[in-house]
Amino acid sequence: MTKSVHQGQLESPVVDSIPALLNEAGVPTTEMSTVKGAARVLSVDSRFWAKAAAVMAENYVRWAAVWGEHASPDVLVKAVFAARDGHVLLCTSVQETGGALPSQTPFFPAANRPERTLQDMFGIRFADHPDQRRWLRHLAWSEDQFPLRKEFPLAGTPQRDTPPDCEYTFIPAEGEGLYEIPVGPVHAGIIEPGHFRFSAMGEDILNLEQHLGYVHKGIEKCAEGRDVQGLLRLAARVSGDSTVTHSWAACQACENAVGLTVPDRALAIRAILSERERIANHMGDIGACCNDVGFAFALVQFGRLRELWQRDSATVFGHRFMMDVVTVGGVTRDISPEHVALLQKAIVQLRKELNELIPMLCEYPSLQDRFRTTGILSPHVARTIGALGYVARASHEGWDMRRDAAYAPYQGVTVTVPTCKDGDTACRVRVRADELFVSLDLLDHFLSTLPAGKINAPFQPPQTACCGLGLVEGWRGETIAYVHLDKNGTVARYFPRDASWLNWPALEALIGGVIVPDFPLCNKSVNGSYSGHDV
Amino acid sequence: MFHVLFKSFKTGCLTEKLPPRDATLEQAGAACREEIARLFGKSMAVRMVDVGSCNGCELEMHAVNNGFYDIERFGIHFVASPRHADLLLVTGPVSRHMQAALKRTYDATPDPKMVIAMGDCAACGGEFGVSYASCGAVSNVVPVDAVIAGCPPTPLQLLQGILQALKAR
Ligand code: SF4
Repeated sequence: MTKSVHQGQLESPVVDSIPALLNEAGVPTTEMSTVKGAARVLSVDSRFWAKAAAVMAENYVRWAAVWGEHASPDVLVKAVFAARDGHVLLCTSVQETGGALPSQTPFFPAANRPERTLQDMFGIRFADHPDQRRWLRHLAWSEDQFPLRKEFPLAGTPQRDTPPDCEYTFIPAEGEGLYEIPVGPVHAGIIEPGHFRFSAMGEDILNLEQHLGYVHKGIEKCAEGRDVQGLLRLAARVSGDSTVTHSWAACQACENAVGLTVPDRALAIRAILSERERIANHMGDIGACCNDVGFAFALVQFGRLRELWQRDSATVFGHRFMMDVVTVGGVTRDISPEHVALLQKAIVQLRKELNELIPMLCEYPSLQDRFRTTGILSPHVARTIGALGYVARASHEGWDMRRDAAYAPYQGVTVTVPTCKDGDTACRVRVRADELFVSLDLLDHFLSTLPAGKINAPFQPPQTACCGLGLVEGWRGETIAYVHLDKNGTVARYFPRDASWLNWPALEALIGGVIVPDFPLCNKSVNGSYSGHDV
Repeated sequence: MFHVLFKSFKTGCLTEKLPPRDATLEQAGAACREEIARLFGKSMAVRMVDVGSCNGCELEMHAVNNGFYDIERFGIHFVASPRHADLLLVTGPVSRHMQAALKRTYDATPDPKMVIAMGDCAACGGEFGVSYASCGAVSNVVPVDAVIAGCPPTPLQLLQGILQALKAR
């Protein structure tokens, strides 16, 4: 069922060929070295912003992120593109007043929401954007206020009571027998808040429109003016289930910015933390997916394994989610030889359990009957959307930075990337089950080859302002952080990009034709983070 | 099918005596049942409301339902609607975008209702505090009966926090 073919990624060019590709297509670029951490940093005039995207799209380069940074009288805009073996950072600038950028959305649907967010937070206009509605902004601040501009105070000028956002317009569904189901922001289960608007005909969902932003708590603004430790406390809380991932990405960004070398032992411990986080989440979600079709057996079994796993995390790292363990320069906790033995024993035990459980799930007819053909994301759509992580891999898009653009300590380590072709819920669960075994092997490797030495290198303020990019393959997929430090080491800008930004649209795309009662299952099989998206 | 039954049989009963960290906890559990009987009848229905959490607190709320803690044996169960709830368990700093939703959820919960703010964010605003986007602590928006500190509180701390809140009522 699983194969190691990875189409889109193979068709995209190597990162070093991108400058030439752009220049040949008539997009003049200048190489820069202002931001450390991306394979290539290219500056382009704002007039060529969309054309550059067009060239990238033609060459199967993947769109990954866009964000802004206010530097009055301009707003600097940066976008990340993923080539086969690394990332390109494309930079431009636009005037803060009356400035406009040509939209990249016509070439990359993934840019749709992030560009609308730039409009909400910085006041950058995208005149030719196909969707002129706001995105992250509800009614907590007004249309002419831009929270991420420097003059906007963190406290803002909020009303005492922020009214509910009843004004957001959804695409109307009209037709005989067609009805709408509004769901949320407060959902029925123990999950995060967001709004879903379904149009349905009988039992079948015809369309789903998401309205997110309910848990926007101003993380990016909060980060400004903090020291790196303060930044890390925020990064660890961008999305609780990905606390290691976001912490690591933010650290990488800071370390790249100032040129800090992290000790090998600390890097290996980070990988151990990260693979443990992947395993905990995959187990929890596999159990929850099964439970959503009434197979409580798997919920109990995986709930049990996850609990034992988290208890070991608490024993060894002092926290059930390993929060605040990754820090700038290294990690805060070492692993003693006794704890190495404990973790190794847990791996043996878990592998044994999974070898028993996973085949059961894959063979259980009534379970697979509900999973198969439910919520299909075709490979073509997955690529068009730029889906990430297991959502992409289940649809034959096998991106994985640990293999394709390996960062320390994954260089020189073989990372198998399981993929499936059918793109349904069965594939998403299957890919995650296969990834459990890959992560267990990686844990084995890192624990048995744990280098000796320090677990931390001291962070020194950089003396001059500097910027860095962090790129980490979290359990949800490619995770990005951008950090700009001023000369005292204070944060001037922090931007975290959770994989959910790319995978929420995948949920919209795969839900057509699914029956309403299967929505929770499909939602769980994608499992976007609301908090990681809304920040 | 046979595999499944066999695995269930082999796994056996998972619920365990709560760790000796708080030796009086089983007694407190019994007391808690009495408190629930006094306040709400036979059991207590809990509605969780995430008003801006990072989702860490939610994960631990799931954990108290796993086989090790099985919070239902103390008469505490989670429900889908505030209209069925005795207790609102609120997580996260209150994002301004959730302020109205929290108030409406509070109003929809029948009296006598309790509100517990779970986690540092809900208790005091945590890392996020009060800003253009966040109202900070839950008590800034609706009356709160008790808070449970922790980031996130462990399943055991959550359980103990609920017990204490019930006792104080
Ligand atoms: S208290 Fe901690 S775990 Fe809970 S929502 Fe806040 S940051 Fe997340």
